[in-house]
Amino acid sequence: MSIKKIHTEQPNDFIFSNENLKIAEKILQKYPKKNKKSALMPFLYLAQKQNQNWIPLAAMKYIAKYLSIPYISVYEVATFYSMYNLAPVGKYFIQVCTTSPCLLRGADKILKICKEKISQNENQLSEKSQCSWTEVECLGACVNAPMMQINNDYYEDLNEANAVKIIESLIQDKPLKPGSYRGRKNTSPEKNNQFSQGEKNA
Amino acid sequence: MPKIIINGKEIEFQKGMTVLQACELADVEIPRFCYHEKLSIAGNCRMCLVEMEKSAKPIASCAMPATEGMNIKTNTELVEKARKGVMEFLLANHPLDCPVCDQGGECDLQDQSLYYGVDKSRFSENKRDVKDKYMGPLIKTQMTRCIHCTRCVRFATEIAGVPEIGAIGRGENMEITTYLENSMQSELSANVIDLCPVGALTSKPYAFEARPWELKKTESVDVMDAVGSNIRVDTYGWEVKRVLPRINENINEEWISDKTRYSCDGLLKQRLDVPYIKKGDNLIKSNWDEALNLISAKIKNIDSNEIAGHIGDMSSIETIYSFKKLFEYLNSPNLEIREKDFFINTSDKMNYLFNSSITGIEKSDLILLVGCNPRHEATMVNARIRKAFVKSKLPIFSIGNPGDLTYDYKIVGENTEDLKKILEGKSEISNIIKKAKKPIVIIGESALELKSGGYIFEEIKNFLAINGFINENWNALNILIQNASTVGGLDLKILKSNFQNDSLFFEKLKNNKFKLLYLLGSDNINFKKENEFIIYQGSHGDRGAEIADVILPSPAYTEQNGLFSNLEGRVQECRKASYPTGEAKEDWKIFNLISEKIFAKKLFHDFQSIRNEAIKEIPNYSQINSLPNFNKKDNKKITFNFIPEKIVINKIDYYYSNSISRSSKTMSECRLKNKIFLKDGTNN
Repeated sequence: MSIKKIHTEQPNDFIFSNENLKIAEKILQKYPKKNKKSALMPFLYLAQKQNQNWIPLAAMKYIAKYLSIPYISVYEVATFYSMYNLAPVGKYFIQVCTTSPCLLRGADKILKICKEKISQNENQLSEKSQCSWTEVECLGACVNAPMMQINNDYYEDLNEANAVKIIESLIQDKPLKPGSYRGRKNTSPEKNNQFSQGEKNA
Repeated sequence: MPKIIINGKEIEFQKGMTVLQACELADVEIPRFCYHEKLSIAGNCRMCLVEMEKSAKPIASCAMPATEGMNIKTNTELVEKARKGVMEFLLANHPLDCPVCDQGGECDLQDQSLYYGVDKSRFSENKRDVKDKYMGPLIKTQMTRCIHCTRCVRFATEIAGVPEIGAIGRGENMEITTYLENSMQSELSANVIDLCPVGALTSKPYAFEARPWELKKTESVDVMDAVGSNIRVDTYGWEVKRVLPRINENINEEWISDKTRYSCDGLLKQRLDVPYIKKGDNLIKSNWDEALNLISAKIKNIDSNEIAGHIGDMSSIETIYSFKKLFEYLNSPNLEIREKDFFINTSDKMNYLFNSSITGIEKSDLILLVGCNPRHEATMVNARIRKAFVKSKLPIFSIGNPGDLTYDYKIVGENTEDLKKILEGKSEISNIIKKAKKPIVIIGESALELKSGGYIFEEIKNFLAINGFINENWNALNILIQNASTVGGLDLKILKSNFQNDSLFFEKLKNNKFKLLYLLGSDNINFKKENEFIIYQGSHGDRGAEIADVILPSPAYTEQNGLFSNLEGRVQECRKASYPTGEAKEDWKIFNLISEKIFAKKLFHDFQSIRNEAIKEIPNYSQINSLPNFNKKDNKKITFNFIPEKIVINKIDYYYSNSISRSSKTMSECRLKNKIFLKDGTNN
């Protein structure tokens, strides 16, 4: 199963919730009236947020009609960008970075844990659709490698032990706090940024 | 004019041209895949790379605007290396299946890799494999062969106006597909087959039928509608294998409609090969002698006023002329070419032509459709209207609701009252029309068919004449004729110009006043047979043959020479590409045989003399393939009574409009697909 392929079971209808309709109208105001199709990408993201983190076909059609653009254009955009999910993902959607710096710091071990704890295959839902995982390219947190993104949060500076803990917490629906797991603040050095103190241009 | 240096030669070019176009002016060939002069520029195949002085890298000539003083080189080592490199990348994922590919022999990729490519491959990895997509009954796909030039995507969006093809995914996973693999809902869909530079989109009905070099190619014109699209008929022995468009910027540019292209398989089916005679309830195979004896006996015994002839939708000018001559000999006045009783004022040629001309549509700044659906009645005219719309966003109004026309238009009324208001200046639309510089009014047969058809035509003509839109430079009055034979027939005065008697034929037909009805390839007239003796002369066993008492087989349009006048009055030649089936005889020869039986005299000696005589009869004829000459315009107004009624646009069964397309398997499939689409929509 791939999240870039259209899912076999599709809901019949999709409409923006009242809240999201207000947001949508606000988004539309950012663009000139004749270019309202520019709002396509934020709309798709909005639809994805509303629909358990994936975009059904009905939503694409709804957006196409909303912005008066052809279905195929929405379909093209939705299939192009990797962050739009076209099939259901878990409540906790785990994206493990496996690009070089993370891989050197042991991302493959985290992958192995995901396979054991969540599901054998990428994008396969765990029990009760609690979790699913996928491999992604660089998420831009190389300083804190290895790392994974769970929904909107970064879990960084991982090792096997705390990766297992985090995933188990997700399965029990009591997620641990995001951030560095070696006590770092953002990307600062480990021992309370002593290093850069006193050096002007550090 | 600015100048550019190409391979050391200085040439002048027009402002706004690209480097590639400038190179074409200099007779320098640039290989290309994605660039097509009728489509927007994509610049994604990179095959057209050339070297530009002061540029470190080669440039894509199709996307680079030419500027004053550019120095372009196309024959250097850098260019050659660049082309080889691009070709190697294109071929990296292209299967080497030319021997089983239908594009083989007319494939751009094959040709260009021979001239600009490398002779061997360094790519030892696995090639990517793409699942084939469903694109409808006409387009066969083999998507592994696709090189992502996106010509088909651009064609569907820009020319056809049905944005249903797109590229999904990205990078190596990019795939061309229709939305959810539905069939493309366009009458122009099969043109993507011609556009595809590789074998990714090929013709489904023509799959594995023949190789291009085995076919005999005949340049001809199409008779499926009155537009007269220029076509090339490819034959293998007797069989017409396929029909391709021929470039004619004045008519069809380089596109043709699906019906033009694919009804040709109907030429192989349901053919009438020998004369038939009805005995009891069955049509029995017979021979020419017997059939002609029967016909001459009948004609001799029936009063000439009770003999009637109807000319079908695909008869050439020569055929109509000789048929008319035969009826003159028979002394019968009952000759008709219209399929329905619509108003036509034949006193002046201008009154039944598309006077603005098809290219004129692009110059226009306002279009008013009156009771017509150009998309189904004249597909190529509709494509031209769309082109004009895309180019200049001109306002388009319609009286009557024609449905989706692939461009935006505004319905300004559905009744004759609404039209009356416009013509009397009581509507804001009339001011808009008056302010326009080159308006076009297109009147459809559906409008002329109404009781107030005469009023509609004469009042519109009068309105346009008063406002100065009918003059030497511009003629805004346009009639959208539907059948290929109609304009030719009207030119030959099949219809007398006293329109009081115009409906006489149809009245008599309806009341079964005729004793003998001669149908010349006519399958679309609507009447109930009673005791008439019906002679059907035509190529296909269709509606006309079904009710006939005697059937005389004659050739189809690809099997005999003939002139056709298109809706603009442009006379074009349809050429013989194949041979008539069985014992079928050319139309004029059949008339000769009948005349010999009855009057013991031949009507004509040879075909050329018919053509010469017929051309003399055509009013305002200038020369072949040209628009008619107009010297003096007859603006005499005839007054008709106004009748308030609704303008309903007759629905055309597009894929089933004539005997050839009704015999075609491909057209039946298209029709079925269309029906399913109309029922379900794209809502899946």
